[in-house]
Amino acid sequence: MHSDLVISQSDGRPMYLQIMEQIRQRVAVGDWVQGKEIPSIRQLAVTLRVSVITVKRAYLELEREGVIVTQQGKGSIVAPDPGLGSKLYDQELTQHVERIAQLGELLGLRPEELASRVREAVDRLTKEYS
Amino acid sequence: MNDLSVHFEGVSKIYPHFALDDLSLELPTGTIMGLIGANGAGKSTTIRILMGLVHQNQGRVHVLGREMPREQAAAKLDIGFVSEDTRLYGSATLAWHMKFIRSIYPQWDQPYAEKLLRRFDLKPQQKIKGLSHGQRVKAALLLALARRPRLLVLDEPTTGLDPVARQEVLGELMAVLADEDRTILFSSHNTLDVEQISDQITFIDRGRIIASDNKEIFLDRWRRLRLVLSPEADLPSLPGVVEVGGSGRLPVLVTNRFDPAMVSACNDAGATVQAVDPMTLEEIFVANVHSRREKQTV
Repeated sequence: MHSDLVISQSDGRPMYLQIMEQIRQRVAVGDWVQGKEIPSIRQLAVTLRVSVITVKRAYLELEREGVIVTQQGKGSIVAPDPGLGSKLYDQELTQHVERIAQLGELLGLRPEELASRVREAVDRLTKEYS
Repeated sequence: MNDLSVHFEGVSKIYPHFALDDLSLELPTGTIMGLIGANGAGKSTTIRILMGLVHQNQGRVHVLGREMPREQAAAKLDIGFVSEDTRLYGSATLAWHMKFIRSIYPQWDQPYAEKLLRRFDLKPQQKIKGLSHGQRVKAALLLALARRPRLLVLDEPTTGLDPVARQEVLGELMAVLADEDRTILFSSHNTLDVEQISDQITFIDRGRIIASDNKEIFLDRWRRLRLVLSPEADLPSLPGVVEVGGSGRLPVLVTNRFDPAMVSACNDAGATVQAVDPMTLEEIFVANVHSRREKQTV
């Protein structure tokens, strides 16, 4: 399959992010339809003239986001139900939770203290809405 | 066990004015490694040892599962090697060279060779001495590629090429990697080329490997942080800082162990992070060399 992705050398962002963004866009606008086969990691690396490891990283992260599905030995397809919305939120939550854990460690907080802080935040939010 | 195409273990080579010191290197099959170093850092010596052209004083070298230099004849059937001093016969044509190589290597792929002639815009009837530098490099590369070697070893393949020829060469190298049983090791001081196509990157300086890792890890961990210190605050101590520059209240740090949590740790310590800049491979290489050299002289 022909790939029409473009890697910009003057774009300051890492190449894997550029690849991810363009694939997400193609899926979002429906150019790459659900269930459709997409180029293999090596094929795309050869066409874009970027290293295999860069494309592999982009695919791994896209898979984690639920945009594509990679089947061992069969290549990758656009996820049948990309469900981008909820999966992206879930992924974002994971990142934030990890961040909370890191900050807690920096501040020397115990897990219970962290948990109670999260609970307080939820309570505040509930009060705002009620 | 053969998923390493190149394996160096504790390799040393001593010359009167230069030494390769305890070099260990692993190149997995199916990947490209870029070897980056200043002139005289030891790139070419490393490559010559790999090819069995120079014998190490110590350590073990395996290439495609063969022990070097002992089994070099067998190994070389499967290695394509191009260096700046690859000699072609000036008075012979490229077609003559193609026929010659074809008679030696049974795996020679004629249709591929013809495709490369067109892609590299070379004329087989032309004599080597009439070729430009760029055409000569491409001719040597064609002769190596069309043998379909399992390992390609290229010493400075893009040096002295014009931008069009460089892109042609890089494109052909990537095309080789479409086959996951093939492996490429190339040396360069052009970090842009290495950054673009390499999976693995090895920095070499003064005969030592100063860093060897997968490219994404390199690019992820190195960051330049620009800080603004509040009047009473001291410079926070951060992991992996290799360079501190800037002035009094506006320090600039370079770290090789960046983690997003650093930003808030700095802010908490009274040092506002103004910017977190990603670094190019060239900047990473230079910072790496400087910090190592400083440590050596202390």
